[in-house]
Amino acid sequence: MTSKIKRGVSLYSFQNDTFDGTLTRDDCIRISCELGANGIEVIGEQSFWGWPECGVDNADIAAFHDSMKRYGGIGISHDFMLDYKRYKGRPMPFEEQVASVRKDIDFGALLGMKYIRALVSIAPEVLVAAAPYAEEKGIKILIEVHAPLHFDHPWIIRHAEAFEKSGSDALGFLPDMGMFLHAFPRVWKEKFMRLGVPKDIADYIVKAYEDRVLSEYVILGVQELGGTGPAIAMAETLRHNAAFEPKRMLDYMPRIHNIHGKFYEVNADYVDESIPYDEIVRVLNQGGYEGYICSEYEGNRWIEDAEEPDSVEQVRRQQVMLARLIGETETPALKTPLAA
Amino acid sequence: MMDHKMIVAGSLVAVEGGFALEARLPYYRGLGLSMVENIAVTVDGESYPREAVRFTVRGTTYTLDEMETCYDNRWNFGEKALITVLGANLAPGPHKVTVSVRKRISYLPFVPTMTASKELALAA
Repeated sequence: MTSKIKRGVSLYSFQNDTFDGTLTRDDCIRISCELGANGIEVIGEQSFWGWPECGVDNADIAAFHDSMKRYGGIGISHDFMLDYKRYKGRPMPFEEQVASVRKDIDFGALLGMKYIRALVSIAPEVLVAAAPYAEEKGIKILIEVHAPLHFDHPWIIRHAEAFEKSGSDALGFLPDMGMFLHAFPRVWKEKFMRLGVPKDIADYIVKAYEDRVLSEYVILGVQELGGTGPAIAMAETLRHNAAFEPKRMLDYMPRIHNIHGKFYEVNADYVDESIPYDEIVRVLNQGGYEGYICSEYEGNRWIEDAEEPDSVEQVRRQQVMLARLIGETETPALKTPLAA
Repeated sequence: MMDHKMIVAGSLVAVEGGFALEARLPYYRGLGLSMVENIAVTVDGESYPREAVRFTVRGTTYTLDEMETCYDNRWNFGEKALITVLGANLAPGPHKVTVSVRKRISYLPFVPTMTASKELALAA
């Protein structure tokens, strides 16, 4: 079967480089497009200073469009945050939350995006209330289905039911592939060992994850082995991560419009040993998915205490892997050498 | 995340009535000032009261209490803010500086505090 999946990058992947200015936003768009991953996803509050409290300079918006035009980028998503805890001690009122989403719809449209990403903790009623405005602006609001939540969780089902009841096609899902964590990531294990987890306990947790043991039993097992502090914390990651099945996406295909290609590490042989992208691509092809998989590198936070993350190399490796899995004949490669 | 890049190297200076250093918000995005709940500074094991801390971005200075109700300014992603501690007198030379930032994040079921330490030298 010929795949219609397209490749993109969330600039989240380069956060360690853009944080201290090692890479500019323009560099990130160029690198992504050179790798053939021309779908560009941004977190507005990361890529644009000022958003949302102060607004963004017109010159900065123009510079973004210049970069996109120069390298052939296609705007995919503006990931918005909606800080409903903006006021200490009281939640943001409902109408104000809806108005805030409308502002992000405008910002997404200004950036030339097709979608805006909603975080999974946002109530479905807020998104449903914002949907007519999204339709007007030609934007879809996608809720990010992210571990520990998954497509069979009642909170997600509640969203799905609210979306169906609304009758709006401006509401949908953005699954984060981290919910299909089929093996405990190497970089997580090594980080916990640097924090002092003894090797036997670390091995026990990795094996228990492989055996799909319920998190609470693993935590108890670690306690019985004498584990404390970081060992318990390592076991507790099993409360928030699990090997859910990619095929669970099939029920929701008509509302899945973008995919977060979450990864913690792709090795030098272009293999992700934790997240089963071969199975993920097979399921997406079966479901007729024609949207983007946007790289979302998140190994950075697991290794930055020991080494500077090489975000560009990690994104390159994942893009090579994805290009192979979707049957592209050319191997993605960087064309412009990175500045030393 | 980005904890190790939070305190800006070489940024410790003496100011009238105290000292100041630069810091970045250890987070993958910026944050509205009302959601920065606390900034605590410790130097060589000595901590300073919350009232002694001032926060400055793009030329505007706030007390930590003023930040709690500031809804029209933010600490941008990667932006260097000036953290000033008043009523302190540091000797020239090397100091171990620790900064903790408590931030209220809407989607998190807890209020995280990020802490980082760095050796900074105060010029004579």
